[in-house]
This record gives sequence, structure tokens and C-alpha cells, in this order.
Amino acid sequence: MMKMTSPAELEKYRSSILEGIDSGRPSVSVCCGTGCSASGALEVVSAFERLLEEKGIQANINTKITGCHGFCEQGPLVLLSPGNRLYCKVTEEDVDDIIEETLLANRVVERLLFVDPVTGEKIEKEEEIPFYKKQLRLIFGDNGKMVPTDIRDYLSLGGYSALAKVLKGMGPQEVIQEIKNSRLRGRGGAGFPTGLKWESCDKAEGDIKYVICNADEGDPGCFQDRSLLEGNPHLVLEGMIIGAYSVGASQGYIYVRNEYPLAVKNFSTALEQAREMGLLGENILGSDFSFNIKVVRGGGAFVCGESSALITSIEGRIGEPRYKFVHAAEKGLWDRPTVLNNVKTWAAVPLIINRGAEWFSEIGTEQSKGTMIFSLTGKVNNTGLVEVPMGISLRELIFEIGGGILEGRKFKAVQTGGPSGGCIPEGLLNLPLDFEKLAEVGSMVGSGGMIVMDETTCMVDVAKYFLSFTQEESCGKCVPCREGGEHMLKILERITRGEGEERDLELLKEISDTMQCASLCALGKLAPNPVLTTLKYFPEEYLAHIKDKKCSAGVCKELIEYLIDPEACTGCGRCLKACPTGAISGEKEAVHILDQEQCIKCGNCMEVCRFDAVSVE
Amino acid sequence: MVSITINGREIKTDQEDITLLQLARSEGIGIPTLCFHKALLPYGACRLCVVEVTGGQNTKIVNSCAYPVREDGISVQTNTPKLKQIRKNILEFLLARCPEIDMVKKMASGLGVKEKRLPEKSLPEDQTEECVLCGLCVRVCGEVIGKEAISFVHRGAEREVAAPFYSQSKDCVGCTACHFVCPTGAIKVKESGNKRFISPWNTEITLVTCEMCGISFAPENSGEYLQAKLGLPAEWLKLCPQCRRKVAAETMGKYDFTSRNVILKK
Repeated sequence: MMKMTSPAELEKYRSSILEGIDSGRPSVSVCCGTGCSASGALEVVSAFERLLEEKGIQANINTKITGCHGFCEQGPLVLLSPGNRLYCKVTEEDVDDIIEETLLANRVVERLLFVDPVTGEKIEKEEEIPFYKKQLRLIFGDNGKMVPTDIRDYLSLGGYSALAKVLKGMGPQEVIQEIKNSRLRGRGGAGFPTGLKWESCDKAEGDIKYVICNADEGDPGCFQDRSLLEGNPHLVLEGMIIGAYSVGASQGYIYVRNEYPLAVKNFSTALEQAREMGLLGENILGSDFSFNIKVVRGGGAFVCGESSALITSIEGRIGEPRYKFVHAAEKGLWDRPTVLNNVKTWAAVPLIINRGAEWFSEIGTEQSKGTMIFSLTGKVNNTGLVEVPMGISLRELIFEIGGGILEGRKFKAVQTGGPSGGCIPEGLLNLPLDFEKLAEVGSMVGSGGMIVMDETTCMVDVAKYFLSFTQEESCGKCVPCREGGEHMLKILERITRGEGEERDLELLKEISDTMQCASLCALGKLAPNPVLTTLKYFPEEYLAHIKDKKCSAGVCKELIEYLIDPEACTGCGRCLKACPTGAISGEKEAVHILDQEQCIKCGNCMEVCRFDAVSVE
Repeated sequence: MVSITINGREIKTDQEDITLLQLARSEGIGIPTLCFHKALLPYGACRLCVVEVTGGQNTKIVNSCAYPVREDGISVQTNTPKLKQIRKNILEFLLARCPEIDMVKKMASGLGVKEKRLPEKSLPEDQTEECVLCGLCVRVCGEVIGKEAISFVHRGAEREVAAPFYSQSKDCVGCTACHFVCPTGAIKVKESGNKRFISPWNTEITLVTCEMCGISFAPENSGEYLQAKLGLPAEWLKLCPQCRRKVAAETMGKYDFTSRNVILKK
């Protein structure tokens, strides 16, 4: 690849790429993001490659292995153009039909189309599927259009034009002002104004400055940072280069989870390509600005997503948080001025530079601008990654984009912001999603996790689960988080075993308060959120566990019993065979009997029963 | 010059890099601490030194051990009901962890813990927990002695201090500074013959024997390191402190200890 020595040269190269693209040529984009790969996308890719070659038409069809398209529920996804047709749940066996019917004869393969769970209607085009229709995919949209390991794809979509614009005629101050005007706020969770952070780093004294990309995404169920790094690494890289230029940093780091091998690989490839093209390294695009980036792989601690712990970890020491009375922008990595931003924050930068701060600041709410990527998971029909403007209501997100609750069950709560966020009840579904509003109700935007729960979810159990996660991941440095969290977990375990007392609830609130006020870092300060919000919005569930020794959702094993309805039981013997402990007895075609003494409450009987004869109480 | 108020009293300082804790203590205002030691950098782990800092409309709770005094006009409260509650909770946590440690018991009753509401940490029957994880030992070893013979291992509830792989650390110079700073007595040192045992680190140190009187007195392997670090005389590993003093006095030639008579030599 040729080294570009000026912005003009880059633009010339971009034009040459665009000229070479035959827009009429059919193309197949197979999503090979995390979800689709897990459901067999790689086999689909090899089937395409094999069959296209067998048919001798591989030269006529453009096959792309892309990053995550977001609609993981329906994966593996195959997007075909022209026409922007989306095929869902594609298997190896479908590939021949897709080639013969759609690619060669331009006919739709009906069985692979998305079926709207509400109307039952088949939808052909990606943009018409409700899941995509309500989204505003600014950062995430290009994921499905490019091969993440090919810089030419990124260039063809306008990549590095923001960097060229900056180097061609924007001073560092101008860039910072633009970011300030856009009112972009950090997407890692805390929502600190990005422009202000950059400004204080720029003003801080120091000959060496650093920029860091926080890609230590560790919340259960969150994978937006991963999908961006895997699917569009150059976007994040471009943002970092622009950030480094504006604050005067010469070295950057990306701290990425070691559990994300593809993200590490694709980002490293992007670094190499950018270096070869003169977009990274010495004298970027012929200017006197030089900047380099190193990839640092995390060692598997959740707390290293916390900025001071992350910095300590890069320094080669134990990744534990430090008190932060002096901001990293002033004294960060190796005590030098450092800008640390999340993957999604960096990814927003090129967009703002290209389309202007004014455009960006018109999206979203008064206090929270732009879009946010949420990972929608749990008991919702359309799980996946969704990018929506800030301010969209929870209801729209869950019921329109998410397609409502699985199997038509009743919505109970939604947990936003990962394990440190809070559970929001049905009464607050019209809440607009932004930093302030979520904080007001005791939750947060956080990393963008969104776990939907229905009537089969026990809120005490949920609080226990999230607390056990934060407790497991507490570094143990400060007393409130280490000891307080452990005591809270013990109390919750007692309650779910039916051994709770009413005064436990007061104790939970008291310990939560101490953890929130006195913990050293955000992990401990936020860990009580799931407990506090469930206590606030679902007190009756706690009381039912404590006083009546009942778990209405049928989750807490010590408090439930499986019962066989003699009216409904046909004596088919399915439950009898499925029971691992032999607790069910009964002759064929006679009513079966469950021995509570032997029952371990695994729920197999209920799952296999075809006559709804097994119930839980 | 920065002027702030602590508990309503106006206090001025022109000392740079002074922390709230240092300033308060210098004014005779007591703030409890556990993981703080004046020879070490602030660590901020025990959270007992929390204070309320109000600047403008915002009040925040911070650890005073590390909070720099640099904003003029802030007002600090060191003993509000909220702070008392936090400290009491922290001592309840520590008491549940180390129910047998006198120092923790005393601190707990001093900070208002009256009843045991939390279950004690479960350990095998013959064991009690003696470590409060203040980290003083780890930090004195690193920051003052310049060795990192011990470190925190594991995380969360499993966190503990240990030598690498729970076996004798090659870096340990046997100085027992860790034992000296430990507030709970969890680090035990025993000496027998020419051996010194530091029990939690599974460490055995050979001591050198005094050439004059024959007692064992200094760790053999610390020799040159501590000599350079602490500016000790070259013969410090040959003679025990008493004999060294004696010899020094003799060579300086002022006193004759053997006769117990004071004779001025020429």
C-alpha cells in the first residue's frame, strides 16, 4: 500500500477506490459478528465461497465478511445488494438457493425473510424491519457495509476524511472547540463532557501526553465496544488520532480485553494498515504531527475498566483503582496528562468533525447529545445491538425495536447500565433515555447494557445475581466494597433461602449507603444500585420472600414447589423420564406423583410436560 | 495561601501538597485512620478518614488522607452523623472480619459499635483472621525498604497479603519493617538460635552472629542492601549494636568501659 504524504493525496486515492467500485455488481454481506459466528455464520461464508467457485461466478459477485449488524437474534444474517434484502437465520443449506434465486434470478427466497412477530408479515428490506426502522445508526451503521480488515472499504465510505480535514486546516484548539460545541459526553458510563476533558489535557503542562481507548468492556451482556472494534476498527482509530492531534499526544494505548481476540486482531490489522498508509506514525499525512498506538491486552479484571485501575494496569502494576483528586487529564498515565475515552466516544469523533458540531448537538436531549448503542438482551423478542438517539423512551426501545416480551409474557423490569445499574419498573417505561433521567431513577446509561425481565424473573434473585458479579469482581482494596458487598450478598442469599428477616431490609439500605458514599471507586459506589432499585420498586417481592416465604416468579429454589395437576396429567411418562433424581413415580397412563423430598427443583418436568400439568408455586 | 474551614474553624496554610488529614491533625483535629502511616504515601483503602467537603453548592465525601488542600474557601466537616455512620459501618465490617483483634475491638467501641449485627467471617475452626488488609506491610516493604517481597494476592473477599506463591520471597531482606507497621499484630516474628521466622510469609532468615559477644542479630542476606540504603557502617554485620557501640566508644578513645573508670586518653 502506498504511503500518503498529504490530505490531497488521500482524497485522490479515495476517488480511485470509488471509481473501481461497480455499484451494479451484486454483493453478499455475511455478518460474522459475535452472535452470528456463534450461530454458524462462518459455515455460511465457506458455503458461499465454495458454491460461487463451483458455479464459476465468484468474480461477478462481491462477498463480504462483515462485523456485527446488530440483529443478533436473527443471525446468521446475510445482506444482499442491490435491494438491501436481509435474510435471517441463514444456514449452509440455504446458500445454494440464495445464489440461484436471488443473486442470479433476482427472486426473493421467502422462507429466509424476517417475519414480524406482531403482524406475522414478511419483510424484505433491512430498513423496513421494525428493529432497524426506529434506530439511528450513525456509529454502527457502516458495520454491515464493510470488510473490517480492508482499509479501502473504510476509505470508500468516507473514512479518514475527518482526519484529512483536521490536518488540512483545523488547529488543535478548533478541534477541541468543535467537540465542546457538539456536547458529546463520554460513552463509558459517567457521561463526562468529552470536550472539557480534552481541553484540560491540552492545557495541562507536560512534554509527553497520552490518549487511551478504554475497550475493557466487561458488563455481562454488553458487546457494543467489541462489535465496533471487530466491525469498524478504523473508525475508533481515526477518532483517537484526531483526539491525539488536538491535545498534543504522541502516544496512544488501547486497553482491550484479552477475551476479545478478534477485536485485538482487527484493531491490530487496522493499526498496521494505517501505518503503511501514513495515517499513523511519523508525520501523519505529511504534517509534522506524529502519533503511535500500542495495543495492551487486559488481564481479565472487570475493575480495570475503571479509569485509574486501567491506567495502573497499563503501567504494569496490579490493576487497582486509585483515588482521583487530580484528574487523569492532568496527571494520568505515568503521571502525565492523559485523555481516556471509551470506544464509542472515540468512534463519535470523526462523525462530529465531518458533519459538524451543530448537526450532532441537534440529536438527543437537552443534556445528552447524539446516539447511544445499547445491547438489548433478556426476555425480549429482538435481541441485539441497537443504536438510538438519546432521549428515546424505554417503551419504544423495548416494545417497538425490541418487539416486546418473549412469548407474550408480561414485562416486569429492565436493568440498564450493566451490573452497576438499576432495575426500572413498568411505571417508568415512558422515561426518556439519557444520562440525567436514568440517574434520577437510580440507574444509569453506563456501558449501554439493557436486560429486559418479565414476570418469570425474581427481582431479589436479580439483585443477588448482579451483586454477586460486582462482589466477585471487586478488587478488595477498600473496606466498604470488599466487606460491605460480601455482607449484602450474604443477606440476599439468606432472603432467597427464606431465612430473611424484616430488619435485613434496613441493614441492606444502610450498607448500600455506606458503599455508595465511602467506596474508593465507582465499582463499589455503584454496586448497590440493583439492590436499592429493586428494594425501591419491588418491595413486595422482598417481603413475600421474608414473610410468606414465597417467590412469586418461581425462581428461588428453597421457596418453591413443583406440583403435578392430577386433572391435566395424562400419565405420558415424559416427566418421569426427565427427572434426574427419580422423584416422579406413576404407572403409564395413570396420574404421576412427585415426591417433594426427592425433588431438587430443576424444573425439567415442567419443561418437558406437553399438557401444562406441572406448575410451580 | 489557601484558606479553608474545618468544622467551622478557619485554617490557613501555605504548604503545598498538604492533605486535609495532615492539616486537620496539625490543628489538633482528630480523624480516625487505619491504612495511613506518615512514612508512606496515602493509600485510601480503609475509608475511615472520610470527611465532607463542601465547595459552592456541592458536598462530596472524600478520603482526607489524600485530598489535596488547594481550593480556597472550601468548608470541611469531619464528624457529621453521616460520617459517623460510615465509620461505624466500616468498623462493623472489620469486627466481623477480625472479631478477636483487640485493636479492632477498641476502635469499634470507640466509634460507636454496640451490637454485632453482621455474621463473623467463616474460617476453618482453629483459625482466626488477624489481617485487616490495610496494606501497610506491603507498602512499607515497597516504598521504604525498596523491596517488594510481599504483595496483595487474589481479589475481593479472597484478597490477602502473601509472599510470591506463598513461599519464601527472594526479595525479603528480613528487616521486619512489615511486622513493625502492622497495626493488628498479624505479622509475627520469632527468633531462635541464628534463625528468624516471619510467620505469615513462610520466611526463614539466617542471622549473622556477633564476633564479640556471639549473639545473633542481623539478617545475613540484607547485608550490603540495607547498608547502602540506611547508610550503615561497613562493619555493621560483624558486631551487634551493643558491641559496636562499645568498640566505637573505645576507638574514639574517650572512655574505658572495662575498668568502668573514666580515663581521658591522650
